[in-house]
Amino acid sequence: MSDPTNAAAPNPLIPIPRGPVPLAPPAAARCQIEITIDGRKLSVPEGTTLLEAARSIAIDTPTLCYLENLTPVNVCRVCVVELEGSRTLVPACSRKAEPGMSIQTDSERVRLSRKLVLEFLASSVDTSTAPALRSYMERYDAHPERFGASAATVAQPVKIDNELYVRDYGKCILCYKCVEACGEDAQNTFAIAVAGRGFAAGISTEFEIPLPESACVYCGNCIGVCPTGALMFKSEFDMRQAGSWDESRQTQTDTICPYCGVGCTLTVHQQDNQIVRVTSPLDQQVTDGHLCIKGRFGWQFVQITAPAGPPPASTPKDAA
Amino acid sequence: MGGGTSSYREIEETDLIILWGSNARDTHPIFFHHVLKGVHNGAKLYVVDPRRTASAQWADTWLGLDVGSDISLANAMAREIIVSGLANRQFIEHSTSGFGGYRACVEAYTLERAERETGVPAAVIRETAHSYATAKHAQICWTLGITEHHNAVDNVLALLNLALLTGHVGRYASGLNPLRGQNNVQGGGDMGAIPDRLPGFQHVENDELRAKFEKAWGVKIPPKRGMNLSAMFDAMERGDLTALYVLGENPADSEADRHRALKLLNGLDFLLVQDLFLTKTAELADVVLPAAAGWCESEGTVTNSERRVQRVRRAIDPPPGVRDDTEILYDLARRLGSDWGTPVSENIWNEVRSLSPMHGGMSYQRLEELDGIQWPCYDESHPGEMYLHSRLWAEPLVGPRAPFSVVEFEPPVDSLDEQFPLRLTTGRRLDSYNTGVQTGRYSSPLRRSESLDLSPEDGARYGVVEGERVRIRSRRGSVVAPVHYDTSLRPGLAFMTMHFPDEVATNDLTIDAVDPKSGTSEFKATAIRIEKHQEN
Repeated sequence: MSDPTNAAAPNPLIPIPRGPVPLAPPAAARCQIEITIDGRKLSVPEGTTLLEAARSIAIDTPTLCYLENLTPVNVCRVCVVELEGSRTLVPACSRKAEPGMSIQTDSERVRLSRKLVLEFLASSVDTSTAPALRSYMERYDAHPERFGASAATVAQPVKIDNELYVRDYGKCILCYKCVEACGEDAQNTFAIAVAGRGFAAGISTEFEIPLPESACVYCGNCIGVCPTGALMFKSEFDMRQAGSWDESRQTQTDTICPYCGVGCTLTVHQQDNQIVRVTSPLDQQVTDGHLCIKGRFGWQFVQITAPAGPPPASTPKDAA
Repeated sequence: MGGGTSSYREIEETDLIILWGSNARDTHPIFFHHVLKGVHNGAKLYVVDPRRTASAQWADTWLGLDVGSDISLANAMAREIIVSGLANRQFIEHSTSGFGGYRACVEAYTLERAERETGVPAAVIRETAHSYATAKHAQICWTLGITEHHNAVDNVLALLNLALLTGHVGRYASGLNPLRGQNNVQGGGDMGAIPDRLPGFQHVENDELRAKFEKAWGVKIPPKRGMNLSAMFDAMERGDLTALYVLGENPADSEADRHRALKLLNGLDFLLVQDLFLTKTAELADVVLPAAAGWCESEGTVTNSERRVQRVRRAIDPPPGVRDDTEILYDLARRLGSDWGTPVSENIWNEVRSLSPMHGGMSYQRLEELDGIQWPCYDESHPGEMYLHSRLWAEPLVGPRAPFSVVEFEPPVDSLDEQFPLRLTTGRRLDSYNTGVQTGRYSSPLRRSESLDLSPEDGARYGVVEGERVRIRSRRGSVVAPVHYDTSLRPGLAFMTMHFPDEVATNDLTIDAVDPKSGTSEFKATAIRIEKHQEN
């Protein structure tokens, strides 16, 4: 091989000329699949789920355990749809479209199934901080109270064992999202899993040890995906307890985390000029909606008055 | 142009990742999510670090080298790749220069020599070299374990050489990525906050480029490069630099050999500090200007480790009497006789775009629509570049050849001997950041106070137990801290952080042996000994 040892090195004074614009390799071509949803014919790329297909034609399918940035686990069964020729209803969130499928998303059978799922969940779980679930209950005319006051519940004391998280498993519908986010879908810490069987099943650390003794690294990604408020930032929990949590007075602003150089988008939720919660958009390409402990919780330095307790509405921040 | 060559998404789609001197699991946790996606997709992970860190625990192979022996390891890998016929001859011939000199240099780095100098078994070095060279796509990512050394730039060049040798740069999913330690350290350099560049990496000593800025700004710009931080301290020592304006930095705690730094800061005629807090440095100042928190109390942009320019937005109002950095700078300019008007972040950004070609196409509107844009982005039809140096693969080659650099192994300056037999290295913990000015203000269940982390073997050897407060002495000073046993450390290696300077001023120990090219101090390698300590 020739040896260009003596070729001139680039001169730092002179800008380097532009090369071709780099491109990602083209995605593998996906063939189109014809399916029918609620009598409407449509064509979707191979690999599309029934949920994605339904959403693409503005059919709003309820979900509880599904999230765009997690792998479907098919446990809540609230997204089920009727597939022609199938004995059972199928979960829309994970079932992929196949050629010629005909789907009903709002048939009597689908509505009844969704209604029952919601009634079973709501009869046993405190849904007071689960707005999505409650709106589905209204849509499907679910009446959990018909099971009577003696219906078994998962009510239990709130777990408060650290300054950042509160775990209120009386509100847990066992959707597994927190387990997925703590596990392989995002954080890969595996601090929590489902323990116990049947009605006694619940999300737990190993041997139910307190969070500070577990493998938890307080990224808060479990809270970020929890659909019922069973997992909650302590800041929000304290304000709710004090009656000062008021989402109508809150705004959300996207900015960038002040710490390391990864550049995570933080959605700053503020109320009365105090940061009360930090999340990240699920469709954000740097974070996929997930953060670390510093980004999620490290913002106290901009507010000397903690948001806990009575509303700090007119308290100016200390200029320290 | 200096920046990480690849995008995070390429880390997910590569075949092999080397984290070299980076504990990304703890220091860049969300970047490590992308690494883990790569691992789950089948990529092999190699971690080169003296400590068996949280990142190393995910690795297929951990190369636990001795602190500061990186060049010996890299050169031995290179020699192995060459003698095994695994070098990318086509790429070397088409796109690089200086291969002959490089080959002659690495010829001396046999596997046996490298094992002796690095402590990494020869077979492991060989296997790593073969895996890297034969991977279809491969990434090398590094952090301060490479750059906080007296030969920081040589360390980086040693890694660049490996990529040139194998062609693992300038292609999708192959690249070289320094992970930036602070949220805008990339953007700061891009904007010209380095001694020799104007915004957009345009060299200040290039008359034509300088003239463009002089014309736009209506002022003369000094035609020679300025000083980096270490050179400024040297100039203070000589008495050449007598006034200092510090923005958002806390050198009184963060400088290596803190005693010297404090003495020099105290000896200034005038010290102006602009910060969110009354830091240790601000306490020494003649004037302190309280500044707003840039990330949530003002508008602007930052640039991340994948060169993505991202919008920062005002989410809350700053406290009364506290002002945006740009307002302060504009007012200062006015007092100095130059009226810049009223600061509007978008106007300032458009001025950057008009003078820095690599930012030209990044309007605020496009930054919003595209969720940030990776430089270079020359015009509003340009998508930004997900990876750099595609020109090296163009036929014919565009621009100059990429040069190999001859770099030789030099051990750390603060050498070990009978008096100072232990190697102390420093770094971050997951929940804390730098000197703790920000992170000290939130409550973390993970936090424990500063400690001297030691292997249990060294604990037994020096007769100190977990929790025992000991005096740690280096050639420059001493501090007292409790011992903490850490099984991720090998015998002979100790670890401390900079997070709690009010408890333990770790930088009383560190050495300000400075890399002549970058001005970085050798925070990663201090020689210490442990002394029994009697509390008064």
